[in-house]
Amino acid sequence: MKRLLIGALGAALLASVSAVSAAPKSGGTINVVIQPEPPSLMLGITQNGPTQMVAGNIYESLLRYDTDLNPQPSLAKSWEVSDDGLTYTFKLQEGVTWHDGAPFTSADVVFTADTFLRETHPRFRVSLAHVESITAPDDHTVVFKLKNPFGPFLGIFEAGTMPMIPKHIYEGTDYANNPMNATPIGTGPFKFKEWEKGSYIHLVKNEDYYIEGQPYLDEIYWQVIPDAASRAVAFETGKIDVLPGGSVENFDIPRLTAMDGVCATDKGWEYFAPHAWLWLNNREGPTSEVKFRQAIMYAMDREFVRDVIWNGFGNVATGPVSSKTRFYSDDVTQYNYDPDKAKALLEEIGYDGTPVRILPLPYGETWQRWGEAVKQNLEEVGINTEIVATDVAGWNQKVSEWDYDLAFTYLYQYGDPALGVARTYLSSNIAKGSPWNNVQGYANPKVDELFAQAAVLADEGERQELYTQVQQKLVDDVPVAWTLELSFPTIYRCDVKDLVQTAIGVNDGFKDAWLDR
Amino acid sequence: MMDFWRRVARNRGAVIGFALLAIVVLVALLAPLLYDQSPWRMVQRPFLPPMAVDGFWFGTDTLGRDIGAGLAYGAQVSLLIGLVSTVVALAIGVPLGAIAGYFGGWLDDALMRFTEFFQTIPSFALAIVIVAILEPSISSIVLAIALVSWPPVARLVRGEFLSLRSREYVQAAVLSGLSPPAIIFRQVLPNTISPIIVLASLMVASAILLESALSFLGLGDPNVMSWGYMIGAGRTVLRQAWWICVFPGVAILLTVLSLNLIGEGLNDAFNPRLARKGR
Repeated sequence: MKRLLIGALGAALLASVSAVSAAPKSGGTINVVIQPEPPSLMLGITQNGPTQMVAGNIYESLLRYDTDLNPQPSLAKSWEVSDDGLTYTFKLQEGVTWHDGAPFTSADVVFTADTFLRETHPRFRVSLAHVESITAPDDHTVVFKLKNPFGPFLGIFEAGTMPMIPKHIYEGTDYANNPMNATPIGTGPFKFKEWEKGSYIHLVKNEDYYIEGQPYLDEIYWQVIPDAASRAVAFETGKIDVLPGGSVENFDIPRLTAMDGVCATDKGWEYFAPHAWLWLNNREGPTSEVKFRQAIMYAMDREFVRDVIWNGFGNVATGPVSSKTRFYSDDVTQYNYDPDKAKALLEEIGYDGTPVRILPLPYGETWQRWGEAVKQNLEEVGINTEIVATDVAGWNQKVSEWDYDLAFTYLYQYGDPALGVARTYLSSNIAKGSPWNNVQGYANPKVDELFAQAAVLADEGERQELYTQVQQKLVDDVPVAWTLELSFPTIYRCDVKDLVQTAIGVNDGFKDAWLDR
Repeated sequence: MMDFWRRVARNRGAVIGFALLAIVVLVALLAPLLYDQSPWRMVQRPFLPPMAVDGFWFGTDTLGRDIGAGLAYGAQVSLLIGLVSTVVALAIGVPLGAIAGYFGGWLDDALMRFTEFFQTIPSFALAIVIVAILEPSISSIVLAIALVSWPPVARLVRGEFLSLRSREYVQAAVLSGLSPPAIIFRQVLPNTISPIIVLASLMVASAILLESALSFLGLGDPNVMSWGYMIGAGRTVLRQAWWICVFPGVAILLTVLSLNLIGEGLNDAFNPRLARKGR
């Protein structure tokens, strides 16, 4: 009861605080860490994490998503979906201009989706396969007609998936070698000013932004600091105001968040929902046996890893779909830490002690320790293991050439199982040469069929039913050993307000952020 | 022989060195008895300070592994790598140096240019490259250390052979019709053994340092607990938990120091002109 009261009090206090600070202040400069330095800022051509983190403030898409993945207006002020789920009509904001002054119209949208990204964006192209036509009846209306209903369609209008590209600059040019790639032009709240390679990227306020009064900040400096410990120190000394998720080592987080005036949030990753697992080679070796794979699930103490290696951030994964992604279901077999059960399963199949190789992800301390913890867990139930040391290139090669027994990885889910989950389990995605497809070699016609059906349904209830079924099946088969729903907390000074508001957090957060100084 | 050991014993540094090394060897041999569980096993809560819980004198590391166990098993690894890589380096360096010094001429030139080729590359950089190419494992680390540490041996042995080559007993052996291999191995080599032993003791020390440095950089064998690995893994949490780095660091320091003291003591004992030194 007491706790309830305190909770209520806290909530009231919180409400009153946010009511007081409801009027954002304008002005100020903010320093943010960018790690690693992006190869380019042209979001239409380069779609890796650091590129989007900076360029997400330069480029915009038609929609944004709140932390529950509900679509919100961005460049589209409203949208309509026909009852058959085949026609999507978007009304665009009026008075939007590109950073060079040219007006943004529906022709830019058609050019971006139908021409530019079709050529440059493999992940977007997969969704585009469901689209029959993209047309612009007038300057501020765009109509997408689909060949078949495609459930996750409203989820692909995110800035990293469909950034709006200026037609007047790119039409008819060689996209990859267009000199304008070095000085990106978008519609976003911030304009590109200067990039001192190896040092910082400087963005300045877009004075002509279509929302009156926004953005509030005058300047953003994205500081390039290659060493994790130095990034933590830069934050401690006040040189840096915001540490986006993943920019410091986990064990530094408690120290930094304990400082006065420092806040942290694990929100802002819902769209990506980074999901970690161990690839298990389904083709050969002990891991080709279902019960062996189940034994691995029981043998791993995933809560220990979450609490100790990830400092309590993240959740233990129950299956292929993250709890933050749509159509998640926890109505599946639960694999709690149970070494005895693992031993019993190994006994049942008569495991002969054949050693399995563990390939940790070469992304620094945290992943190295994780590999060691899993090795220890497996050895305790009697599985012989051997850690293979490798670098990033070696990891990529070994995984894409299927030369592994157990390999760590994590992938993004993009809000919908059809966009970010199915790709890992569809048998049509078994192909050597990529570390991101069905690397484990799992083939189950029933699973293929369920994923295929669920993707092209318009009705959410029916989709949920199919996705629940597919999750149950996969969790029983253990094609890969799911470990954690990763969480990359954003650490910032508390006087930076309204930074993480959407499902992609800092990636488009400076539109609303302001400094209370 | 007794005289030799008496000379060693008179050198206080060498005695301390032998005592320290004896402790390290003892710990390495008794590791399975002192700690019956694998040093990788997570036995207590992480970040446990030294002495906080009975039986955990050295505390635990970031995953709750006993640092004491790591030290004991790490001693095995360090000594093993130090010894094996030195033996391998000697196996390369001694024959090359002997052949170059005994035969001289173009063969000497060719072998010495080959040796210089290895000497011109910074040895640590070369070791990193070799381990990175071969993938880190005990054998690749031993190989890398051996490959970067044989040139001084070759040069030393060559120098000794050059000076002994013209001695009368060697010429007598040549005249009596002994084959060159017999002269090299039976007549000359035994007379070069003392400087080789001194050099070897120092090489073991530098091999241990080199292995630690490689492991520190994450190029150690990920399946064995070594001191360098422990420091590398604890480095990033130095501000929260000093003991994770400090104890293995002290272990390396003492082991390398003991080997250096021993090397110096042996050098003095072998050198007749310094026979009375050491008071």
